[in-house]
Amino acid sequence: MKGEIKIGSPAPKIRFREPQIEMAHGAGGKASRRLVEGLFAPLLFGASTEPLADAAHLKINGARMAVTTDSFVVKPLVFPGGSIGELAINGTVNDLAVSGARPEAIVVTFILESGLPTEILQREVQAMANAAQYAGVRIAGGDTKVVEHGKADGMYITTTGLGTPLTGVEINPQSVRPGDKVLLSGPIGDHGITILLARGELDMEGDLESDTRSVFPLVEAVVAAAGAGIRWMRDPTRGGVATSLNELARDCGLGVVLFEDNLPVHDAVRGACELLGLDPLHIANEGQFLTVVAPDLVDAALSALHSMPGGGDARIIGEVRDEPAGSVLVTTRYGGSRIVDMLVGDPLPRIC
Amino acid sequence: MSPEDDNQNPPGGCHMCLAIPGKVLEIDSDNPRSALVDVVGMRRRVDLGLLEDDPPGPGDWVLIHVGFAMSKISEVDALDQIRTLEMLGESEAAIQEVRGYGLEDVQDKHSP
Amino acid sequence: MKFVDEFRDPELITKAAEEIRRLADPNRHYRLMEVCGGHTHAIYRFGLKDILPSNIELIHGPGCPVCVLPMGRIDDALSLAMDPDVIFAAFGDMMRVPGTHGSPLEHKARGMDVRIVYSPSDAIKLARMNPQKHVMFFAIGFETTAPSTALTLQRAKAEGVHNFSVFCNHVTIIPAIRAILDSPDMRLDGFIGPGHVSTVIGCRPYEWIAANEHKPIVVCGFEPLDLLQSIVMILAQLQKGEAKVENQYKRVVPWEGNHAALKAMAATFQLRPYFEWRGLGFISQSALRIRDEYAEWDSEQRFHVPGIRVTDPKAAQCGEVLKGVLKPAQCKLFGKECTPENPVGALMVSSEGSCAAYYNYEHRKANLVTSLSSPA
Repeated sequence: MKGEIKIGSPAPKIRFREPQIEMAHGAGGKASRRLVEGLFAPLLFGASTEPLADAAHLKINGARMAVTTDSFVVKPLVFPGGSIGELAINGTVNDLAVSGARPEAIVVTFILESGLPTEILQREVQAMANAAQYAGVRIAGGDTKVVEHGKADGMYITTTGLGTPLTGVEINPQSVRPGDKVLLSGPIGDHGITILLARGELDMEGDLESDTRSVFPLVEAVVAAAGAGIRWMRDPTRGGVATSLNELARDCGLGVVLFEDNLPVHDAVRGACELLGLDPLHIANEGQFLTVVAPDLVDAALSALHSMPGGGDARIIGEVRDEPAGSVLVTTRYGGSRIVDMLVGDPLPRIC
Repeated sequence: MSPEDDNQNPPGGCHMCLAIPGKVLEIDSDNPRSALVDVVGMRRRVDLGLLEDDPPGPGDWVLIHVGFAMSKISEVDALDQIRTLEMLGESEAAIQEVRGYGLEDVQDKHSP
Repeated sequence: MKFVDEFRDPELITKAAEEIRRLADPNRHYRLMEVCGGHTHAIYRFGLKDILPSNIELIHGPGCPVCVLPMGRIDDALSLAMDPDVIFAAFGDMMRVPGTHGSPLEHKARGMDVRIVYSPSDAIKLARMNPQKHVMFFAIGFETTAPSTALTLQRAKAEGVHNFSVFCNHVTIIPAIRAILDSPDMRLDGFIGPGHVSTVIGCRPYEWIAANEHKPIVVCGFEPLDLLQSIVMILAQLQKGEAKVENQYKRVVPWEGNHAALKAMAATFQLRPYFEWRGLGFISQSALRIRDEYAEWDSEQRFHVPGIRVTDPKAAQCGEVLKGVLKPAQCKLFGKECTPENPVGALMVSSEGSCAAYYNYEHRKANLVTSLSSPA
């Protein structure tokens, strides 16, 4: 007989009260969190009180493995610096990497729109093969469904990844302490703004491309140099750095203070954000990661990043403090400061 | 091919007072009222219709609001302003004296 | 010069802050109003309140066109856009402003064709790209934005774009300032004058404030140095007992304004006899309507507008916050029923609204140690 529901076990508390799903629920910010914590978690994750992470580290019959899944909904499918296929591989590789695991294998699901030219599908599958090879992961299988014309923006891709946890590092937001430093691997906002421009709806162009890449080599280097001091890592995709760090602040109950002048942002991203009234801290990235490192090991971590190809722009962007507990504060060099919240709403839909 | 659902949600942020400096790169060859403008590394098309009395040329800086150039930005006035700020804390007399030395290319159109 | 970073120079900011301290009379409490929503936003974004001495109080004025728009006007526009052949086009700031039955964005989720545009020209482009539909552009803004709408109307007529109309909510700044000064609750020492509106109207329209009301008004830019320098100039006037109009934003604002812009506005708009402003009530000669020569491009003349009037929820104190009588945090709904995610009034939606600015930048900092130092 299939698993029984035990009589008398407490009914899960659904805290999600909104009558319908809106775009904001998929944006990665506050609304997304409400949906996950208020509806999915009570029904699916049972009594687990662990904070939600990029990947789950499981122990199954003595073997430890990391597993994660992600869907890719991007318009346009191809953009400067990459395409949906690359995002689909790199995104899942990165989720595994920042959970402290070596990416090993991926399975893929395609939802394809009827009428999609084969040439386009082939190009994306080739892009995925290339990205997988580059990242050192096997593609172990998959599934395909086709839906009516008009229902899938060309194609949606879901990738589920498996990895082996790295030794020498233990990701745990509870281990974060005041004085720990926040490291960022490189410039923020490139991906989200590139997508926005690639849609061609704005009379704007710039010299920008998506930063999509596997961050595993960088993560591996940082773990090797400073693993014992790494408290937390995350890849700031939808919702940007601000959302990731707000999640951290909430999970560890401490404050994160960022130094605005230390934030690496390309001029073109700055310009686009000024023109559109956006904050680079809220823009999605597809090739960067954040890590919180103990102060005695942060220099080693930073040097390790600087010595790797693609790690030259890594910076210490802030530090953990007691206050403002649960929030993220950005300070400027002339003493001004402002609280930066998680993303509200969905300013950039179909970004990744 | 893709559904007609562009422009889903707004990039957050306000456009009402938002006006940004940009540098004119080139005037459109087929439309003198339109120019390609560089705004901190982004290039966008801007309408020059409100500056037809004194149109800007390549290299000029303009203030852009909702896709229209509102005003030319005077580098001379900007520099003068910075100089004034730099001299804050010095005596009023000293400031007047330096002004008299030929920073008089401040255009009259910005004063009563 | 890039005209941005130079006006954020930390050394100059320190100098300006010191000058402000030097000029401010410690026995006096100064109440300065910044009229323009963009200034409100800049003040919070750059943390300028932390830099000013405590006897200088900045009062937020009503210069946020989204904030002063009565809910009924949004309802009117949305009711016109219910027609499946109509595309509702507006700037991003309008998208989350609550109407009685939801914001434009919420209407979009329910199937209305709602599009964001970044320029009124985008709206005409939309009309050309969708010849089977009618594009209704929800025009909003003070005199900064009105000329662009004016030129767009002229082009629509000249180029024969007939599936396009403008729902016009442009308002003018001087009547708003007058209403503030006429308000018995207000006691102000000077004004940080609108910056970008002045690129169009120039500095002359403010002369009555200095002459009749004897209050200094300094037309001000939007960078931190602009704001600080303007405060220096206001304090200098007050110290000498002067009251005049000064132009701090000289690099951009011409004293006489922009003639071409004013001409375009005069050709396409005329003043409404009166218009309702959220929080300020009905003000005569304070808003623009489209001239009869452009009737075909005036949504209100082409379609039947219900003329819905909606009073704000009783508990919401948008009006008092708008006038500067209450600080955002003093409104009973602030931070509880009314947050940026669930805004009750427009002051919480628009990033220039004082409530949104205060919430996003100040609210949770309230108990913090204010001096936070950067690393070496």
